[in-house]
Amino acid sequence: MGIVRILSVSAIPAMIFIIISYGLAQGTKVYDCFIEGAKDGLETTIRILPPLVGLLAAIGAFRASGALDLVTYALKPLTNVLQIPLEVMPLALMRPISGSGALAIVTDLLKNYGPDSFAGRVAAVMMGSTETTFYTLTVYYGSVGIKNIRHTVVAALLADLTGIIVSVWICRLIFGS
Amino acid sequence: MLNYIWSAMILISFVVAAFNGRLEQTAQAALDSAGTAVEMSIGLLGIMCLWTGLMGIANESGLIKIIARLIRPITRLLFPQLPQSSPAVGAIVMNMVANMMGLSNAATPLGLKAMKELQKLNNGSDTASNAMCMFVVINTASIQIIPSTVIALRSSAGSGNPFEIIVPVWIVSLCALAVGVTLSKVLQGKEKKPVCVYDRTRKAG
Repeated sequence: MGIVRILSVSAIPAMIFIIISYGLAQGTKVYDCFIEGAKDGLETTIRILPPLVGLLAAIGAFRASGALDLVTYALKPLTNVLQIPLEVMPLALMRPISGSGALAIVTDLLKNYGPDSFAGRVAAVMMGSTETTFYTLTVYYGSVGIKNIRHTVVAALLADLTGIIVSVWICRLIFGS
Repeated sequence: MLNYIWSAMILISFVVAAFNGRLEQTAQAALDSAGTAVEMSIGLLGIMCLWTGLMGIANESGLIKIIARLIRPITRLLFPQLPQSSPAVGAIVMNMVANMMGLSNAATPLGLKAMKELQKLNNGSDTASNAMCMFVVINTASIQIIPSTVIALRSSAGSGNPFEIIVPVWIVSLCALAVGVTLSKVLQGKEKKPVCVYDRTRKAG
């Protein structure tokens, strides 16, 4: 799996190189644009801080009280069928509903199991490869007043389910469990 | 939705904690986690700014437009019913590029513009057209080239190699996207012209 690692590690430097050299070639004021764009990152991070505090506090309490153990125990039959590690099941359920909720769960998982643990890697891959399905459906269709959305939900949720199952499978294949 | 999930989580936590005799630890965990959220956000901040800064360059230099030109043939396959010169296709392409580059702030307004254009072609009906279903399904899948938030999270949690999940993320995204697109194509039924009179009476799928 050396190729996977090399590609993963070189993706960011390659992109940075292309962006800056193309910008220079086009005569763009690259540094000024960079500063202007970086403000966006600051805004985004500040915007996600309040929900992250609220949700992470809730998840922390949920875990410490033992309620999370009860939930994962109840979900055990489902995780057995889907071959998903128990720890990431809450993430799989939260991901389509709330982006900040899912982010808080990933944060909690990485802290408790470590970013390079199997559960940590699966959670990261799952988080990076899926979207907040219900939010997108609501905002996009709501903006133009569509009420009958036909097969969209089925297609989108089955795509999410595929993402969840393949995340586990690919991590097992590449990193071992 | 989150109003219920969030309050249920907290209330259930304290009920379960009372039964387990873990009230003190639970309250402490809530406070500690709030602190963790701030630490994590600060860890995220650097990489997020670095990345959005680079995207600012890509936007200004016209690199985004070049990528848009490259993915145009794909829209022909995905949306054969739309005239390729329509403003709808233009907005769809720019939305897809913004998503690929992780410019989520730009992607949503472009996506909403695309929906508005698609709705014009849909004669203002309240039933989604095939093109709309396809477009929304693509937006519910993730096509981000660099999953910067996850990388930042991994790095701030002290990962030995925060980048190693990039290729796995690509593979998973493509699988999920392939399933979403295929299902949309299969479930949409026979293609109908958007202006047909019987459009509303015949249900697809």
